Amino acid sequence: MIGAWVWRVSRWLLLLAFAAFFLLPLVALLDFSTTIPRTGERTGAAWQSLLEDPQMTQAIKTSLLLALFTVIGMVVLLVPTMIWVKLRVPRASRLVEFLCLLPLTIPALVVVVGIKNVYAWVTYLIGDSALTLTFIYVVLVLPYAYRSIDAALSSIDAGTLSEAARSLGAGWFTVITRVITPNIWPGVLGGAFISVALVLGEYTVSSLLNYETLPVVIVLLSKSDAPQSMAASLASILFAAALLVVLSFLDRRRRTTVRK
Amino acid sequence: MSVTQSSSHSAPSTVSPGLAVEMTALRRTYGTVNALDGLDLHLDPGEMVVLLGPSGCGKTTALRILAGLERQDAGTISVGGRDLTHVPANKRDMGMVFQAYSLFPHLTVLDNVAFGLKLRGRSRKDRRQRAGDMLDLVGLGEQKARYAHQLSGGQQQRVALARALAIEPAVLLLDEPLSALDAKVRVQLRDEIRRVQSDVGTTTLFVTHDQEEALAIADRVGVMNSGRLDQIAPPAELYSSPATRFVGEFVGLSNRIPAQVDGETAVVLDARLPVLPGSAAGAGLALVRPESVSVEPDEHGHATVVSVAFLGPVSRATLTLDDGTLVMAQLASAAAGGLVVGGRVRLRITPSPVLVVGA
Repeated sequence: MIGAWVWRVSRWLLLLAFAAFFLLPLVALLDFSTTIPRTGERTGAAWQSLLEDPQMTQAIKTSLLLALFTVIGMVVLLVPTMIWVKLRVPRASRLVEFLCLLPLTIPALVVVVGIKNVYAWVTYLIGDSALTLTFIYVVLVLPYAYRSIDAALSSIDAGTLSEAARSLGAGWFTVITRVITPNIWPGVLGGAFISVALVLGEYTVSSLLNYETLPVVIVLLSKSDAPQSMAASLASILFAAALLVVLSFLDRRRRTTVRK
Repeated sequence: MSVTQSSSHSAPSTVSPGLAVEMTALRRTYGTVNALDGLDLHLDPGEMVVLLGPSGCGKTTALRILAGLERQDAGTISVGGRDLTHVPANKRDMGMVFQAYSLFPHLTVLDNVAFGLKLRGRSRKDRRQRAGDMLDLVGLGEQKARYAHQLSGGQQQRVALARALAIEPAVLLLDEPLSALDAKVRVQLRDEIRRVQSDVGTTTLFVTHDQEEALAIADRVGVMNSGRLDQIAPPAELYSSPATRFVGEFVGLSNRIPAQVDGETAVVLDARLPVLPGSAAGAGLALVRPESVSVEPDEHGHATVVSVAFLGPVSRATLTLDDGTLVMAQLASAAAGGLVVGGRVRLRITPSPVLVVGA
């Protein structure tokens, strides 16, 4: 009896400790971003400026578009490749895994230095836009997206499903798009979420290549208008968290419809 | 196109003309292993042929090559006179049921069955109608809206069968479809597969390592051994007249009793029996079925009872001959009551033809 009671209390204490650890900084951010430093009065000015300050709105737009393009690029590049390797050239799976995990082992700084020359060509060919960062970001998210998709792909019998579809008359394109992909969707969604979170928080590359993405502008503003940069930080964290909730909700709804 | 055949009395809407299948001199090697070593196999229109053999004998390879899921190194395949040797799997028009559960998890039972029809551009109404009919045929008309994980293994394989047949395939291929199921369901489903197959009249190749399954449902059973077909014959013939030692020993139980071949006959335990073609000459071992051995207690007999196992309607007695040879006899349980372990008995062998192999 006592054991169960102690267990319950300690579980709650643990939960509270974790909540405090994660939530306190956020509450502090909220507090700081809504306070006028000298007088201590409450104000929504910093939050309002997120929507009004042209530099900030532009940065938000850029980062959201980058996140979107990166996810599209990742899905288009990685999903068919991984399915193809799994079904047709399983011998190459080690190589693909190695290539996909490589960005994890190379510091962003090194990537930037190496890639700067390539980017001279990229900007020469398709213009000098922050959105060209998509190319680097797709590479940077590969390790995380790979893990997520690989787990989903291993959880289904892709070989048998594809053979069943082939015998029913499906070509490879149909096998990939209509048979395998729908069944690894949770993994693809997971990979997409991690990609969004990563892009929204990526500072090193964009800063070194002089593009004004959200994290770069946040750091810039923190030197002149700290409350606004705090508000932007909190907003991007909340956005990522909301996205996580939405995605997991979508996934759960999908599963319950399947279970119905 | 070849001659068609159909069973006219049942479910006329589902009857499709069967096509002849011709596999000629198929070869396939994996590294140093000869999975198929010049396999020739012919299926008559509407016939169900079962390929039987131990694992690694090449039976699944043969089926997968026919399906186009694997490439042959040499040899040709034709169905209904059409050469399919280099046609990809999705253009071969073959319905296949796999050993592993293969329903698409994201689709309902109905959509699974309609999948192949959708790829063929059939209208929605048409697809639903046909898929519904096929599900009725396998007795799952009520489960249309369910998903694979809500079905039992046996139900999943029935849906897979309905899905394979929905496209009216030229050939139906069954790759050990029952081996993941438990014994009772296995027997039910195998009879059902046979019923459905005769109903629709599709030429069918069935692969299994389970001889009881093979003998129960096949028109003809092909026994494979090291990438070759040792014998292909109707089940009863295969059982009573094995062509090779491998077939005799693999299909059913066989005693190996010393025999002396003399021309067309052999002397086995004082009995003179006709020998099957392919038998060795001179001294050898006769392959004798346990049910061909009858036993009666006799003080002056030439064998001793070692054990008697009760198997329900029949019992199986293990005996030793005086020369040390172990012999199994299968007899009615009522008759087995008179046998005592350690008692002396006399054996008689039913005078049916036997295969005698070299010792």
